[in-house]
Amino acid sequence: MTLGVEVGAPGRERAVTERLRGLWETPPTLLAWLTTVDHKKLGVRYIVTAFVFFLLGGLEALILRLQLARADLHLLTPEAFNQLFTMHGTTMMFLVVQPMLSGFSFYLTPLLIGARELAFPRLNAFSYFAFLFAGCFLTASFLGWHAPDGGWFAYTPLTSARFAPGINLDYYTLGLVFLGISTTAGSINSIVTILKLRAPGMSLDRMPLFMWSSLTMSLSVVFAMPPLTAALVFLELERRWHFVFYEPRLGGDPLLWQHLFWFFGHPWVYILFLPATGMLSMIIPTFSRRPMVGHTFVALATVATGLVGFGVWVHHMFATGLPQLSISFFSAASMTVAIPSAVQIFAWLGTMWHGRVVLRLPMLFALAFILQFTIGGISGVMTAAIPFDWQVTDTYFVVAHLHYVLAGSSMFAVFAAIYYWYPKMTGRLLDRRLGLWSFWTMVVGFNLGFFPMHLVGLAGMPRRVYTYPAGLGWTADNLLETIGAWLFGLGVLLTVANVLRSRRHGAEAGADPWRANTLEWATHSPPEDWNFTHIPVVASRDPLWDGGVAPGPALTDGRQTLRTSTLDADVEAPIVLPEQNLWTLVISFAVLGVFVGLLLGAWWVAVAAGLLTLGSLARWFWPHPAHVEETEV
Amino acid sequence: MTAVPLDALPRAPDARRATRDVGWWGMALLCATEASLFASLIGSYFYLALVPANAHWPPAGIADPALGLPLLMTALLLASSGAFWWGERGIARGDARRLRLGLALAALLGIGFLLLQLHEYGDKLRHFGPTTHAYGALFYTITGFHGAHVAFGVLMLLYTGLRALRGHFTAARHQGVTTVGLYWHFVDGVWLVIVTSLYVSPHFY
Repeated sequence: MTLGVEVGAPGRERAVTERLRGLWETPPTLLAWLTTVDHKKLGVRYIVTAFVFFLLGGLEALILRLQLARADLHLLTPEAFNQLFTMHGTTMMFLVVQPMLSGFSFYLTPLLIGARELAFPRLNAFSYFAFLFAGCFLTASFLGWHAPDGGWFAYTPLTSARFAPGINLDYYTLGLVFLGISTTAGSINSIVTILKLRAPGMSLDRMPLFMWSSLTMSLSVVFAMPPLTAALVFLELERRWHFVFYEPRLGGDPLLWQHLFWFFGHPWVYILFLPATGMLSMIIPTFSRRPMVGHTFVALATVATGLVGFGVWVHHMFATGLPQLSISFFSAASMTVAIPSAVQIFAWLGTMWHGRVVLRLPMLFALAFILQFTIGGISGVMTAAIPFDWQVTDTYFVVAHLHYVLAGSSMFAVFAAIYYWYPKMTGRLLDRRLGLWSFWTMVVGFNLGFFPMHLVGLAGMPRRVYTYPAGLGWTADNLLETIGAWLFGLGVLLTVANVLRSRRHGAEAGADPWRANTLEWATHSPPEDWNFTHIPVVASRDPLWDGGVAPGPALTDGRQTLRTSTLDADVEAPIVLPEQNLWTLVISFAVLGVFVGLLLGAWWVAVAAGLLTLGSLARWFWPHPAHVEETEV
Repeated sequence: MTAVPLDALPRAPDARRATRDVGWWGMALLCATEASLFASLIGSYFYLALVPANAHWPPAGIADPALGLPLLMTALLLASSGAFWWGERGIARGDARRLRLGLALAALLGIGFLLLQLHEYGDKLRHFGPTTHAYGALFYTITGFHGAHVAFGVLMLLYTGLRALRGHFTAARHQGVTTVGLYWHFVDGVWLVIVTSLYVSPHFY
């Protein structure tokens, strides 16, 4: 059943569709294309932009691996190596995984919950530009080799002005504060959309699991981002203005940075991971041809993981000399994360066990996720044990662990999601043969590249060294890692080729190529600009499988969608969403101006751009005369 | 298959909560993230206050902060919140004049707070600055962040006042006022935490 198409008399339906087209279509001009507020266009832009950063971060990694392929190589200077590994980590952590998962979330949320848009369409356009500009800001640091070089977690005092003069770390502090604005705005948008714009009848317990993970991720961002912002502001004030926060001679403490950073950092790890599990919980039921086993427990486990994420930050600091009692507490807390993670894994296994597994490409990537996440999870529980952690702190074992979780899990879920939702986004299927080649190259490359890191890590190889002498027993493993990394890169490029090629030549997908269970498959591929001609009315968890969905009102008085109650999704009111305007773009440039001004020490630029930001905000929020009445409903 | 009309769908029961538009929810979450920011700042303050190396906090040479001025500032902000609340109650009864008056009064009291803060800075900077000691850095950063929030809040009050002059609000439709109020009361609430942490607490250790 397709909610996008005719319900009732064809003539009347055509009139409704035409009216919706007039209201929702992005006009075919360049400016309109630039400033569009369509969550689908912006979602795809997020994904594509994050993917470009992924290729960039991957290229950095491949260069690092060349340098480490043999002992005593000198392809890179130590300084260049420092900048490359710092930017590799910073890019992947901040510009790839989270924006990529958010991009899917922005694209899918309204479709999954039966709404026409996100709650704040203009804010979405602004968050995209802020993300793009912040990413370019950080990357621009490579001009003249001024890139940040203090590692992605930038410990003080290594990053203080005394030991890191120069502009490198200022790119890092300012760029990440800038990016934080985008991330926070996007998260608030997601939360309000998920809580307030669900289709009538989609009570919280009927909400798709990807929405649970998006909601948890977004709530985590709201509370976890500010500690990082505070830490970065402190660092920048100390570097540029000689304020004292981390300098122990004047009452500061370098460990304050670590506390603040990891109080952000560990929730961030789950922010990068939970939406990926949510994607799996969408894909696995579809290809097991049965509803998710333990749906409620998986939703609870997701929220629980997000909460526990705030109580484990000290496990990144076991080697800093904190009191035994407190690190024991954090060790125990960290081990409890294994419980909700296991709930999710066993729920996926149970779904497959009780279902009939169909091995399509998204499912293959999902299976690789389960395997690799289990390895990454086990090495995670290992490092939660304090004595073991002391042994492997700052060795390649930790590098192996975090890559199994972030690349082997989160990014594999992203690839599963690309293969799964590409037909919805473009109307065409990705090529299976090329996809299989990509999949196997990636799996073999990934495990060849990262598994030996466990071994060299246990053998004592520290991370972040630019070279190593022969004769320590690390040489063969390092060569394997380099070969594996390049294979992995090749596998990624095969999917890029597949995506580009199938855009034109892929098989037509139709509305629901996988015969899936959730609402996004009840509309056209790609969906019309207004998503659903009739707002769906939902009566079950798997509406497309058990007929738990009916067409609701068409809402054609302006760009409307329904606001519903938080728990039960009963109707509160139809609301009118704003159309696109120029100010989202102006304000994005203005905020960029503020940060460029601060970076270059051109204070008048920063002040002028700040005033422009305030002015554009005022214009942005001034209601359109026609809407003064409606927006206040 | 026929479409279910809007009137046939179950309506949310709680009338008051059901009038909160998405803007109110967005503002509530903005306040939540700001609360986390101030918690991080104040958490850092207590962290450094309790680091064993800092035997004296404020450090030797800097007196415990005087309480007179900050209490006056507190009174101004609380009165400002009250004025806002009074104006909002007015528009809820359709009294647009009372709303304008309430907003103007709230903004004036906010500006008064900022002037007092400038006066306090001028006085304090003669004794210690943000580069002298971590105590000073945190004191000026935390109060400065809060002052910036008050300044932004005043701009929002004036903006809402302008909207009120243009007749954007009625008894039935004044969600914009309620949403700005949420931010303003929040900024006042944060000040109470700051007064307790930065001004009052040093007198107890």
